[in-house]
Formats: sequence, C-alpha cells, structure tokens
Amino acid sequence: MTDSNGFSVIGKALPKVDGAMRVTGQAIYADDMLPGRTLHCRILRSPHPHARIKSIDTSAARRIPGVQAVITGEDLPVKFGILPVTQDERALEHEKVRYVGDPIAAVAATEEEIAAAACDAIDVEFDVLEPVMSIDAALANPRDERIQDYGGPNNIHKLVALEFGDVDAGFAKADHVRDDVFFFQGNTHLPMEQHSAIATYVDGKVTLWSSTQVVHYVHRALAKVLELPMNRIRVIGAAHGGGFGGKTDPFAHEIVVAKLAMLTGRPVKCTLTREEVFYAHRGRHPVLMWVRTGVTKDGLITAMHFRSALDGGAYGSYGVASTFYTGALQTVTYDIPAYRFEGCRVFTNKPPCGPKRGHGTPQPRFAIELHLEKIARDLGLDPVDFKRRNFVKPMTRTVNWLRVTSCGLDDCVKNVIDQSGYRNRERRPGRGMGFAISSYLSGAGTAIYWNDMPHSEVQIKVDRGGVTAYCGAMDIGQGSDSVLAAIVAEELGLQPDDIRLVTADTDTTPIDLGSYSSRVTFMAGNAAIEAARKMRAMLVEAAAANMGGDPESVAVGAGRIGDFSFEEASILAETRFGTLTSAGSYTPPKIAGPYKGSGVGPSPAYSYSACVVDLDADARTGLVKINKVWIAHDVGHAINPLLVEGQVEGSVYMGLGEALMEEQTFRKGLHKWPSMLEYKSPTFLDMPEVETFIVETNDPEGPYGAKEAGQGPLLPVIPAVSAAVFDALGVWIDEIPVTPEKIVEAMRRKAKGEPARYGPPRFPDIPYPPCIKVEPPPKDLNVAAPAAI
Amino acid sequence: MIALEVNGERFELLLPVHKTLLEVLREDMQLTGTKHGCELGECGTCTVLVDGRPELSCLVLPIQVEGRKITTVEGMASGSQLHPLQRAFAELGAAQCGYCTPGILLASKSLLDGNARPTRDEIRAALAGNLCRCTGYVKILQAVELAAERMG
Repeated sequence: MTDSNGFSVIGKALPKVDGAMRVTGQAIYADDMLPGRTLHCRILRSPHPHARIKSIDTSAARRIPGVQAVITGEDLPVKFGILPVTQDERALEHEKVRYVGDPIAAVAATEEEIAAAACDAIDVEFDVLEPVMSIDAALANPRDERIQDYGGPNNIHKLVALEFGDVDAGFAKADHVRDDVFFFQGNTHLPMEQHSAIATYVDGKVTLWSSTQVVHYVHRALAKVLELPMNRIRVIGAAHGGGFGGKTDPFAHEIVVAKLAMLTGRPVKCTLTREEVFYAHRGRHPVLMWVRTGVTKDGLITAMHFRSALDGGAYGSYGVASTFYTGALQTVTYDIPAYRFEGCRVFTNKPPCGPKRGHGTPQPRFAIELHLEKIARDLGLDPVDFKRRNFVKPMTRTVNWLRVTSCGLDDCVKNVIDQSGYRNRERRPGRGMGFAISSYLSGAGTAIYWNDMPHSEVQIKVDRGGVTAYCGAMDIGQGSDSVLAAIVAEELGLQPDDIRLVTADTDTTPIDLGSYSSRVTFMAGNAAIEAARKMRAMLVEAAAANMGGDPESVAVGAGRIGDFSFEEASILAETRFGTLTSAGSYTPPKIAGPYKGSGVGPSPAYSYSACVVDLDADARTGLVKINKVWIAHDVGHAINPLLVEGQVEGSVYMGLGEALMEEQTFRKGLHKWPSMLEYKSPTFLDMPEVETFIVETNDPEGPYGAKEAGQGPLLPVIPAVSAAVFDALGVWIDEIPVTPEKIVEAMRRKAKGEPARYGPPRFPDIPYPPCIKVEPPPKDLNVAAPAAI
Repeated sequence: MIALEVNGERFELLLPVHKTLLEVLREDMQLTGTKHGCELGECGTCTVLVDGRPELSCLVLPIQVEGRKITTVEGMASGSQLHPLQRAFAELGAAQCGYCTPGILLASKSLLDGNARPTRDEIRAALAGNLCRCTGYVKILQAVELAAERMG
C-alpha cells in the first residue's frame, strides 16, 4: 500500500530483515564458527603499565604438546593505526609496553587451555618504567621516558588551537562573562559480544571473519602489517554482537590470527575474554574542560572560548579526531558569533581511548549545556528560553565553517517541554527535571584517510525476479541491512523481504566505510537509491517497449512494473539489456572550511535532539532514581520508525548509564572494575519509561530526507540528568558520572556554606600554541563561500 | 560418558570434566545459539532452561544436569513455527544485535510458563539478571507483553 507521500516501504514500522535469524540463534557470530582443525589463539599481555622489554623467551611455550605456533612482535614488526597520522601500534610489541594489556606474544594451540598455558610459559624480562597515569602527570616532565616518541612537550600527544572571528571583541561586548570547569570520566562500550576473529589461509589468500564495525579498515591494516596486497586478503563481517564504537579500530587479535593462520595453514580463532575487552577499550576519553562564554543581558551569546584536555591512554587510535570533536560541534546547536577552541590530548599508561557513541562530543555537550544553564540562572532567565534564543537557524554556516541544512531543534524542544510538563513541574526538594539539547553528524564528511573516492557504494543484480543488493556496510544491530533492503524495495516496487543482501565482505561487496559516525543510512542509503533507480529505469524501459507506451507511463509498485509482474519485467529487461546490474555511490559534498583541522566536524547533515529527564534525588544518600525521560529526535525522515525508536531508546539507556554509573578507571595501571558485575551498567530495574518523539525535517540531501539516529540522542541525556539533580537538590554536579558520593559531598559543602558544587577545581596550564585565526564564512548558505579545501 | 537431553534430543558424550554446559552446548553439540558475555555468571547471556527454570550455562557442569531437560534457543520454535516470544521480539525490534536475545528469550519463556500475564514489574524482576546494551530494554518489555497477550 502506498501512503499519502507515495511511499510503500519508506516510513513504515517494519520488522528488521534479519529479525527471525537473530531470535532463533541462527545468526553466526565470529565465535560461533569452529571449522575443522581450528586452532585456538591466546595473547600474552603486559602486566606492567609502562616497561621496556629486555627479552622474550618462548622456548618453553613451544615445547608444550599441542602448541602449533608462537609469535612475537618480531614476526609482525610493521606499525599500524586507524589514522594515517598515528601509525603507532604493533599487533605484538617486542620493544616496549605502554599499558597493562598491551599484547606481547600470541600462541596457536589445539585447545584454548593449552594456548593459555603456553602464554604463561613465555618468559618476558621487563625494565619497568615510571607509569604516567593522569592528565597532570602527562603534562609534567616524565621521570623516566616518554610513552610515545612523537608529540610533546612531555607526554602531550596533540595540541590544537583555532579561533573563528574576534573572540576578545565578543567578550568585550558581553554584559556577563562566566567560566566553568567540568570533568567527564572515561567509560567503555561494554558490547555484550566479546571481540572475536577467525582466519584461514588457503591458496595464498587470507580470509578473516571478525566482529568489526568496519571491514574496510581491518582490510587495510591487515594488508599493511602482513605485507600482502589487499587482493590477497578478504575480510568478512560476521554477525555482530554490539559495537558502539568499540570495534572500529583494527585490533591486534585480528592481525595475529591472520598471521598464525598463514604460519600453520589451519584456521585460527581468537575470542577475547571479558577482562581483555575492558583492556582493548578504545572507549570514551576522560576529558577535563574549561569554558568561558560572554552574553548580553538579553541572553545572546557574544563569544565562547572552550578548552579541552583528553586523557588518551597509550596510543593514538582515533585520538586526533576525538580531540577536534571536543571542539567542533558546539557551534552546530548555538549561534556563536566568535569562537576559540584549544584542545589537547595526552598519552597515559592506560588502554587507548577512541570513539564511543557520540565520539568526542558527549563530554563538551555535557559541559556547555550545564554551563549555559548556569548562565541563564545568573541572568535570571529561563534556561529553555535562553538556549532557544541562541539556536542556530537552518540553512546557515557556523562560525567554524560547518554547514547546517535542516534543523528541527525548535520542534524537538517544543515536544519535550510541552509533553513533560517541564514548565509546571512539581517544585519540591528531592524532585527535579533537567533539560538539554544536542546535535550530531550524519556521517563524517571526510574519510579516515583522505581520498576523493566515494564513501559508500552499492551494486544491484536482478535475474529471474530475484534482487540482490551488495554493499560493504556492516550491520552492527542498528539495522543498516534493513535500511538498505527498504530503500531498494521502495524503488523497485517490492517489499524488503524480497531483497537478498550481501554485505560487509571485501571480496564480494563494493566499499562502504562501515558503521561509525552515524554514516550508513545517509551514505549507503543515497548510494542504494542511485543504484536502485538505475535498475528501475532498465526494468521500466523494457516494460514500456513491450507495452508499446513510453517509460513515464509505466507504474512501479506492489510487485509490478507496468503490465508485468516484477519477474516478467526482469526477464524482458535481461533479454533487452543482457546481465542486469546497476551501481550507485555516494561522495559527501566538499564542505570543509579553509583551515587545517577543518576535516573534523563537517557532515552532509546534522541531527538534532532535545531531552527532559525527571528524577528523584535523595539529599541524604545521594541516590538518584530516574522517573521518566522525554526525548525528541530530528531524524530528517524516519525510513523505519521502529528502528529509529530503537536507536533513540538505546541511546537514552546508554546516556543514563554514563550519566549515573559507568566509569573506566584504573589503580596502578589495573582496571578497577574489569567485569560486568563490577562495571556498573543499567539493568532492567534501572531503566525508566522513555517517551520518544520523532521529528521530521526532510533534509535536502538525505535519502528521502533522512538523517542519523544512532548517536545523537545519547548526547542530551547526560547534561539533562545533572541539570535535574540541580533542580532537585540545588547542587551542581560538574563531573560525570553523577554518583551518590558526589551528590552527598556537594550537599555537605552546601550545608557548610561552601559553593554547592562537586567538580574539578581547576583546569591545568597547557602550552597551547597560538591560535590559527580563521575568518568566518558568510552565514547565509545562499551566499557563496570562498573555495573550501 | 554422559547423556544429556537437549531440546528433546539425547546426546551421549565423552567430555573433559571441567567443561561447562555452555562450552559443551556450543562446541560439542554445535548449538551456538547460546551465547556468552562474561563466562562468570554476571551478564545472563548464556541463560538456558533446565527443567523449565533459567540457569546460567557458564556456571553449570554437564554432570549437574544429567537426566534433566535442557532447552536452548534452538528448542523454542516448533519446527519452522516461531515461539510467540520469538515472533514478538522480531516484530517489535526487541533484538538489535541479537547477542543477548537467546538468553532473554529463555528467561522470558520461563516467566510466561509460570505466570501467563505478568505485570511490567514482574517482567523487569524476571529479566533483571540479563544485560542488554542495544535496546534500553524498552522494546524487550513490550515484546514480552505482546507475546503474553497472544499466548493468553
């Protein structure tokens, strides 16, 4: 049935195409594979946070019956890393270890227990170095040696300093200027599925199945480290058991099983233990932040200065991008006429941090939402009205050259404020509501490695009525396969279950850059539309020729192409054109600004969210109970509202976990809570009712107007929780997570007449370089901007 | 030699004594629908039913369940006919990545077998030992309620 917009599939709440497979136990995840003769791999990891390796003796391990191969860093010396600028990792390290858990050696054996015993039998001699465990320590002169031999001074990895417009003049114009300091503790993805990979080596070709979010980046890393051409390597995404950003880097175990398969000629599998998953990490950076904003007495922002210091852990990972992201998107929600951003990432002897849902933006979002809430209260303004007065407008450019097209912020706010009864909320001690907004990318506008090729490609094959769509996109549970099927079905007049999908296989599918930066619906979706429309044109032309009419008169839908069934039309078209294949691709527009560092932040479209949290907070115990969350998300156009709701609800859940309990912290280099029992995450009993509002703004460039849904809705939840705690108890918790201890301590300070706040006392002195000054672009999108780079 | 009855099928196996039921199901019976998230009894992912009651298969040795009826996710459907819980989970998007789903389905089945129309709080309590990182639990609760309604 076609709806009033002419759609028969798009916009319908349909079950996922892989739903039945996932509820019957038939989906094959990487660890479910156990081909005959499979060897099991275990990895020996560093027990020290920082040490030089003096020697590695594997002879005893090799003598254990059942051990088939033992490798060390000397077998895999080539360095890799997700970003071209930070190729600082080895699959196995033979010179120096930089965090507890850093891989040193790997064993392939007939049984997992034998492999583990062999790891125990490897004798490593270390020269232990002083570990660097905090941002302050990393900024100071190291007692022994630096963690990495690049970056600096001291253990600084990256410094950035950018200024857009005249910030000092903006502050001079302000009637009120306020500074605040915030801290966001690190946390981790905690996917239910432990990372797993299995490799084979047959006929001189490596095949790797992995629980990765990005088959293409694993493919590139394997080629580099194994020193094989990419055409000798095939990477297949196995059914995926949860990523949230944590399976976006290429990992040591993926490279190691490939190497061991090459050496032994047998399948080799490695599944990380849960404890290893905590150390593999690549999760949310701990970030210390300082922000200063100037406002007029009417509540208009005149300038903002934002500083961040990221505790990056031991390696680069996505860290340079994460650093830029802590400064990039402030301007995408609020119209900031002059903006200065100084960012710093340091190395510490902890597992590397990287991207987690919202990559680099939940921390500054927490900071600026609370900061602006405080400014509103300073001015005696209503926080909602104050924020709303400063919202960006659709079809504008921000001061840092980001292009805002569709923007549904006003509708989002109206929904959550009206429906939650925020304005008329019950005012009594212990009960509070908090409000916050946010924005996120619909795909990064630039690739991880700079190139001018498409970011997503889709091929379609039709024969005898069967339709197969091929795309490198990896469904990690968010439903990207279902989105692809829906789009192809819509264009060809079919239903999603008529479409066969082949995805995430570097041999058989064209490139897609994978499930990160909320890019798949937007980019693969646009590629799929192009491919499907080309296929449709062939089917329509063949049908028209056989009907004696012109193609415009051929109706497509309900399984028919004009007078013919889809199968009949496909036979006519194949007879007319030969093999029926079509292809489409998507390349984001070149919209990055003319300055170094402009590659992080641009996106073809931004999603917007608004949230209200209602909670009870106990003044005596500090315990917080979330009563309800109202969340509105501008998704552009919901291709499948059921999947959008699922992403929004999952984001709210993950945001609440981060806001209230999740933290990845260390004692002497050891994770304090490396198990699912100790690392607190919300259970069925903690999760409140969520009321979701889908706002549709029909983005001009999104597929059918769609934007992202998977990450943006997490962002406003965290500041809304802290704002609600203030509303309930009159204390500011300027540090995430908002734990009972922090609330109790803030209440104690309040009772003593000290500032009613718990948070970092100061922001450290950081040797930021002089700002690169960037002239802002014309604000109106209809006015041409100078050539971008 | 040990004899186990899984999904109504009898398996006779010679096993190392330390192997857990989880490992035996996955590696020796190729019933890989049962997943693992921690292997320490903390996440609920490996839940199976033993005589209809949920048990964490990572903490059970095969000898403890000899002669008892074990049900895994592979045993929920009748032939190609999905169990109402499976159907409701698929329809409502209660399985995103699907990795926690087998354990949650079985814990839900045990609940509904003993309490045909549980309240939402009863469902929360029954599933409190099962973690899910994708869904925020919302659609799972709705799916269990929908299945209960259809089975009722």
